[in-house]
Amino acid sequence: MEVDEPSSRPPGCSLRHFACEQNLLSRPDGSSSFLQGDTSVLAGVYGPAEVKVSKEIFNKATLEVILRPKTGLPGVPEKSRERLIRSTCEAVVLGALHPRTSITVVLQVVSDAGSLLACCLNAACMALVDAGVPMRALFCGVTCALDSDGTLVLDPTTKQEKEARAVLTFALDSVEQKLLMSTTKGLYSDAELQQCLAAAQAAAQHVFRFFRESLQRRYSKS
Amino acid sequence: TVEPLEYYRRFLKENCRPDGRELGEFRTTTVNIGSISTADGSALVKLGNTTVICGVKAEFATPPTDAPDKGYIVPNVDLPPLCSSRFRAGPPGEEAQVTSQFIADVIENSQVIQKEDLCISPGKLAWVLYCDLICLDYDGNILDACTFALLAALKDVQLPEVTINEETALAEVNLKKKSYLNIGTHPVATSFAVFDDTLLLVDPTAEEEHLATGTLTVVMDEKGRLCCLHKPGGSGLNGAKLQDCMSRAVTRHKEVKKLMEEVIKSMKPK
Repeated sequence: MEVDEPSSRPPGCSLRHFACEQNLLSRPDGSSSFLQGDTSVLAGVYGPAEVKVSKEIFNKATLEVILRPKTGLPGVPEKSRERLIRSTCEAVVLGALHPRTSITVVLQVVSDAGSLLACCLNAACMALVDAGVPMRALFCGVTCALDSDGTLVLDPTTKQEKEARAVLTFALDSVEQKLLMSTTKGLYSDAELQQCLAAAQAAAQHVFRFFRESLQRRYSKS
Repeated sequence: TVEPLEYYRRFLKENCRPDGRELGEFRTTTVNIGSISTADGSALVKLGNTTVICGVKAEFATPPTDAPDKGYIVPNVDLPPLCSSRFRAGPPGEEAQVTSQFIADVIENSQVIQKEDLCISPGKLAWVLYCDLICLDYDGNILDACTFALLAALKDVQLPEVTINEETALAEVNLKKKSYLNIGTHPVATSFAVFDDTLLLVDPTAEEEHLATGTLTVVMDEKGRLCCLHKPGGSGLNGAKLQDCMSRAVTRHKEVKKLMEEVIKSMKPK
């Protein structure tokens, strides 16, 4: 079921065109494909499922994230991103309802045209919803780029990211837009951080509205 | 302790921690520079019980083809089974890889060393600095200890003068003439643990990290610019709490810089 976001954007929030498709893979319990401009990530969720005794936690579910890059073998940067995505999911998934089980999120990068980590986070969230994993809130990823004269660009393309002085990626929750995860590249000041965070919180509202509309359309048809 | 979380909550209600520290207090930091004679630069940092040693070795390499006037800095963090029972022998686990990536990002973002300074002859010869950080005792807050150890070791590195002989096209190393590296900025990391979604504890121990609902690391340079805001998931934070973290990071930076300057000054007459 494919849903497209209208291409006209309100001024001051320059996010690229979004698209999301759910339940496209047959084997995982939940799957989604998230497109942001030309960046595309495919996510699959297996769970709650059997967990190895060495990895089991007695009172909650064990979350695992596997991120596969478009080309080559996963390396140390992928491990670092997996840890970020996993900790974000652990903060929202109600693991206590499924103790001694495992929830695995597998992400495959299909194409990378900037804001990759944010797209991975969005795809993971949609896939978790599609799998029916209980969560206490939704989360979304937003990327901001600061260029040399301090102008903010939301959802930058690869070219904008390369030319930027700093690139900040945030994961925000849907209840109060609190900061769940942040990872940054480059140098920036404290005031610029607050500015980016405010812009990201405004953009997150749009992303969550898109999530809600796409889910409403999907479930209203069936 | 049967109920570790309840035990901690009782202390936090009185605004202190079981080891007697305030919520915003760091553990005793000690640094020892230049202890490894076989390395070009070294430093040992102790943050309470957490011990990290950093050794820097400089070797020759050909510069990368897409940047012929740059050298390399290659950090590697090793968390051996010696430091904690949670690490097994074998290939680096997730924690070690994530910490290595974090240190690589800090070096890249803060521009602590300009890679152009490491170039000897563009396109032909450049220095590569292998920075090996080994944790000897893991008691939480490994990111802060590693960043400090790396910075202290880099300040200790002395590179010999290298000239390319015109006739033989070989590099001649003059070991008698050594010079220190040009350190541009001084990135200092400050880590916090989030408890029960509300309280922020500075410099968490291993037990506090385990009980925490989230962690946050801020890396700041002396001009107050942020090199890295590393928050891998965990409970949400709002803007006001982030501001408190920033101000604490600024004070920590001053403390660390003062400590390092004292140690370097006491070492100078070699």
